[in-house]
Amino acid sequence: MLRVLENIETQFNRYSLLLLLLTTAAAESAFALADKNLEIHGFFLGNFTGRTTGLRPAGKEQSDFLLAEERVRLDLAAWSESIEASLKIKTDFFNDAQAGEFGLDLREAYLDLTTGDFDFRLGRQIATWGVGDLLFINDVFPKDWVSFFSGRPLEYLKIGVDGVRASYSSRALNAVLLVVPFFEPDNLPELDRFFLFDPFGAVLSRPEEKPSTAFDNTELALRLYRKIKGIDISGYFYKGFWRIPGIKPDNFVAPVSLMTFYPELYVYGLSAQGGAFGGVLSFETGYYYSNADNHGNDPAILNSQGRFLLGYQKQLQEDLTLGVQYYFELMKDYSAYKNSFPPGFPLQKKYRDTFTLRLEQLLDHQTLKLSLFSFYGLADDEYLIQPQMSYKFSDDLSASLGANIFGGEKETTFLGQYNKNDNVYLSARFEF
Amino acid sequence: MKARVTMELIDKQGGKRTREMTMLRRDDSEGGKQKYFIYFHEPGDVRGMTFMVWKDPVKEDDRWIFIPAVDLVRRIAADDKRSSFVGSDFTYEDVSGRDVASDTHTLLRKENLGDTNCYVVQSLPAETVDYTKRISWIDMKSFLPLKEEYYDAQNELFRVFTAVRIEEIAVGEGGRRKVFPTVTKRTMNNERTGHRTEVVFQSVSYNLGLSDEDFSERNMRRPPSSWIR
Repeated sequence: MLRVLENIETQFNRYSLLLLLLTTAAAESAFALADKNLEIHGFFLGNFTGRTTGLRPAGKEQSDFLLAEERVRLDLAAWSESIEASLKIKTDFFNDAQAGEFGLDLREAYLDLTTGDFDFRLGRQIATWGVGDLLFINDVFPKDWVSFFSGRPLEYLKIGVDGVRASYSSRALNAVLLVVPFFEPDNLPELDRFFLFDPFGAVLSRPEEKPSTAFDNTELALRLYRKIKGIDISGYFYKGFWRIPGIKPDNFVAPVSLMTFYPELYVYGLSAQGGAFGGVLSFETGYYYSNADNHGNDPAILNSQGRFLLGYQKQLQEDLTLGVQYYFELMKDYSAYKNSFPPGFPLQKKYRDTFTLRLEQLLDHQTLKLSLFSFYGLADDEYLIQPQMSYKFSDDLSASLGANIFGGEKETTFLGQYNKNDNVYLSARFEF
Repeated sequence: MKARVTMELIDKQGGKRTREMTMLRRDDSEGGKQKYFIYFHEPGDVRGMTFMVWKDPVKEDDRWIFIPAVDLVRRIAADDKRSSFVGSDFTYEDVSGRDVASDTHTLLRKENLGDTNCYVVQSLPAETVDYTKRISWIDMKSFLPLKEEYYDAQNELFRVFTAVRIEEIAVGEGGRRKVFPTVTKRTMNNERTGHRTEVVFQSVSYNLGLSDEDFSERNMRRPPSSWIR
């Protein structure tokens, strides 16, 4: 079965490349093709983000800019008249002025097929699960934290996976299975553009070992869902890998080389979301089982942990929405973690909890949006505040001005480490 | 019901913004329950987004939104049925229809609007909403409202609805042929701000055989091509 899937996958990749070339050609004659089950759209996006702390990281770029880029998105959709099948390709051509690079980012490229109660999606695709608002438990799919922390539009937080999705829908139960043979880690800030806590900052040799593309390493993500008494209930299972790497120095005292690797992970979870108290109430939980070190004795591998989330969202008045969340993460085998951890390295607490607040106000016939999203790490005393103002000049043209403000008591915690990266961004977008 | 809907938001200076969508609606036979589904074709920033509402007259609506850029289906808080629909001068309730029992109605008089015989009805909302009084001109033949005036707490006119065009949409053939008079062009003017919204319904069809299960997460994520193309 997997071999067949992989063959299809390979063929599809070849096919999608061909289509990509066709897209470029087709863009020029879009009007001629307009009535041939083909739609071409896209946008131009400029993102400019400057650090406001006046400090520059010691990395090779030495710049006040976190982002200075132009992107051109081509979004192609084609569909069949005779069967329920379609094709979608979303590609960004970008110019990174900061790094002096020009490149192509294939955001998504997939084929959809529906037969009866089954839907299939084949190719590179973005997937989002769970009920958290920017807090993730059962959304085990790759994320681009660099984009998120430097003010790129929110959709860039998600990275597509190369795989196959099969969905089954019925009155009694709905199921979605994602099979991903190719591992994709999170994109985390690095020392060239960010100030961050890195206890091994001086060690430059960092070989990365990704899970090999073996059948055994194929990631599986399953979601079962249905409504029960008006509440959306989902159950989740994931077999795969941590997307944040473990770090293994060749020796702890005077390391010369650091190996980064992605240990095995299983996640079992549940979520529920429904209307309550005049708003929407959300609950989610997940147990992260760190299979490669299930007793917590290896300091290079994250311990198993439980995660819990409670959220509430309410419309306070017309076009004004409030959202609050409380998130709690509890480490298993904390004493084993403490005992195994080399002295001199900052220890994580046994639990971490976070409170988030979202306020969103739409004004002037929803052309102006003022929003505020903030994370407060309670146990670690840290925060990230994200105010944003966006305005639609017309149906085509919009612009956003916003900021990322980091801070914390210590510079060794998840958000606190970015303290020197406070930034302000401006992005402009033209749709076509 | 299914229709291709074009909504134009026009400000005082004549500046225009356009929303293009496909709307599908299913009214339950009993109890005033209703489900509707909206797929956005334009503008670009909402293209491919879907929006689903399960309306229940005795409790708050259930509303979901699908954002294709991040493959996300989420419930959204929807306390207020009187809030603006996608920034237009219409409210959610104007889109789905206001429950008759939400107001107390009095027949004021019979009068012609243009050359159509109308009942003129005063409706006072049972709960506090954005208007305190509504006067409607209702076509005696089709029972469709041709004009509605909304008055605020100071008894000042602030919103006017006008049915600009009514078409008879036929369903079935021969003896089973039924005709549904439908408002295919309507406007809502805000008298305070000078902002107005024009809505045109095209390709209207009824009795599509939609079932309850059609209003599902599956169809939000992947609307059948017969719905949206």
